[in-house]
Amino acid sequence: MTFAWIRTWQLGVKSLLLHPLRSLLTILGIFIGVASVIWLLAIGEGISLKAQEQIESLGADNIIVRTIKPSADDENSSVAYGITREDLGRLEVIPTVLRAVPIRELRQRFYHNGHKVEGRLVGCTAEYAELTQLRVERGHFISEAESKSIENHCVLSAEVARRLFPLEDPLDQMIQVEQDVYKVVGVMKHRDATSGIGGSLAGQNFSNDIYVPIKTVEKRIGDMVILRRQGLFHAEIIELSQITLRIDDVDHVLETAEVVKRTLAKQHGKKQDYAVTVPLELLEQARATRLMFITFMGMIAAISLLVGGIGIMNIMLATVTERTREIGIRRALGAKQIDIVMQFLVETIVLSVVGGVVGVLVGLTCGPIVVFARERLEAWIPDTMGNLPDVVRSITPVIVPVSIPLAFGISVFIGVVFGLYPAIRAALMDPIEALRHE
Amino acid sequence: MRLAAKLENLSKDYVLGAETVHALCDVSIDIPEGDYIAIMGPSGSGKSTLLNLLGCLDRPTSGRFFLGGDDVSKMDDRQLSNIRASRLGFVFQSYNLVPQLTVMENIELPLYYRGGMTREDRDRCRELAEMVGLGDRLRHRPAELSGGQQQRVAVARSLANDPQFILADEPTGNLDSVTTEEILALLDRMNDEGRTIILVTHEAEVAAHTRRVIRFKDGRIQSDVIS
Ligand SMILES: Nc1ncnc2c1ncn2[C@@H]1O[C@H](COP(=O)(O)OP(=O)(O)O)[C@@H](O)[C@H]1O
Ligand SMILES: [Mg+2]
Repeated sequence: MTFAWIRTWQLGVKSLLLHPLRSLLTILGIFIGVASVIWLLAIGEGISLKAQEQIESLGADNIIVRTIKPSADDENSSVAYGITREDLGRLEVIPTVLRAVPIRELRQRFYHNGHKVEGRLVGCTAEYAELTQLRVERGHFISEAESKSIENHCVLSAEVARRLFPLEDPLDQMIQVEQDVYKVVGVMKHRDATSGIGGSLAGQNFSNDIYVPIKTVEKRIGDMVILRRQGLFHAEIIELSQITLRIDDVDHVLETAEVVKRTLAKQHGKKQDYAVTVPLELLEQARATRLMFITFMGMIAAISLLVGGIGIMNIMLATVTERTREIGIRRALGAKQIDIVMQFLVETIVLSVVGGVVGVLVGLTCGPIVVFARERLEAWIPDTMGNLPDVVRSITPVIVPVSIPLAFGISVFIGVVFGLYPAIRAALMDPIEALRHE
Repeated sequence: MRLAAKLENLSKDYVLGAETVHALCDVSIDIPEGDYIAIMGPSGSGKSTLLNLLGCLDRPTSGRFFLGGDDVSKMDDRQLSNIRASRLGFVFQSYNLVPQLTVMENIELPLYYRGGMTREDRDRCRELAEMVGLGDRLRHRPAELSGGQQQRVAVARSLANDPQFILADEPTGNLDSVTTEEILALLDRMNDEGRTIILVTHEAEVAAHTRRVIRFKDGRIQSDVIS
């Protein structure tokens, strides 16, 4: 029994090696199919994991309300727009809201000792550091006490600190913002920029930030911003740039979001000067997108495997016809129909298994190859790459573990299914006819 | 006297469209063990059809065919295959070796379908190769051998499973007179060992080696002469 099996496999491999090019081309179909299953799934997984990570970093239990500039042709547009301290007061008292963290952002110039940095002044409270996962390098972040004060204290991002104080220790030094001077009480660690995730949240770059107590901003700078546009001065009044609401329970996020939207709608009427972002909703959308993506990729992969399978069938039908006489000889010498089926099936299984194994191996190289290609492209055509969306630029494929046995199993399955018909056709040949075949 | 095979009113029809060809009509033959029979007759007289039935490659339209004590005419493909693998040996006019296998592998092929091979089987196959004078060509492929050598491999192969019955359809049809004699000498020797041999031939010199000549015409037995 074992002897017969070993012989069957030996024979299968041997007759495949009789036509090496033909076998190679047949393997190619399955190989491409399997490798593409793994690659496509890995790239899809990489993209969606990245998106989920970004959304999760916003906090699934948060709701973010941001001021947006109403479009110019909005009939309700006026110099004052955006979310207000009054809005903050109304949102704070929603029972499921644990706390509401307001911030005010302004474009400003910072000076020290002849050095100048154009950046973002962020008026915030102590909670802001935790919310955006900023970590302190030296000194401290805006403290609880400072949050309520109107002291001219500021905290610098790592990059601003380096540019304003290339040689000195920034701690306890003074910097100038507009007409005022602020004392540096802390320096933060570097924080990577986040990329946009859709909704109203654009990507955020933290590198040119300085942080100041929000009350100080209100007192020293005020709500009015004077802009120069097309030679004309133009005033805008904005009270708050953003409010981040932390909800007591993830299960309450969606209903609270409804309350928030209704509350704000009542206050702002038709004025489109704010946007509510619910990371949890985005997360669920991202998961749905991921499922869709996997289904789509799965279909593409299935088609390529199907094409591979048809290739195998085509070759095996040709092989069977070519070897009709051999089939007749074997039948005369006592081969049963099942022996003939197995003989040809073994060949297709060998083809599809080899194709599957090579496909899996090449599939596993997906990560390094994509990263390498991306780096090469960035060095070669930086402009074109720079214009690509961030998710594409930062693609890091993540091999989906199940895709390996899946792709391999499917390839063997395809080999068997598409090999079965030619093998059965061979077995059902009349031995006498087969022997007479030229 | 025990019978190796018995044919009772055996008929084989081929239906071609509206027409029916009676390839064999009502053929009855008793074949004792160890018989040596030549089947002769003009082309199209049904010789090959008879040999295919005897070789369990085909089933009769009507009548019965016993091999040893077993009624073969009712067997299914699996049973017929088992009989071919264990009790029958074939020699064809066109040798019919498997081109991608070596001489040794071709000789061993029937054992493979009998369900395994012992060391003794392997040794015997080598002896058979030596017996037919190809002990030094075991690793050659059929294409590297002459016609006569190929037919000697085929004869060795027909003996691999130690069959009671050897069926040969014009085994010398493609050979010159010298190699014809070599092959016939091998067949004579197999008959001397007690095996039943049935061969189809057109040549009187070949038929002269046998003990019994059955002539066919239009699917019927014309004469059955024991010398
Ligand atoms: N598969 C077949 N289909 C139809 N007719 C056949 C078939 N095989 C044989 N015949 C016919 O049966 C008759 C006997 O053929 P065959 O046994 O091959 O003759 P022989 O071997 O004596 O030359 C012939 O008339 C032949 O045409
Ligand atoms: Mg014939």
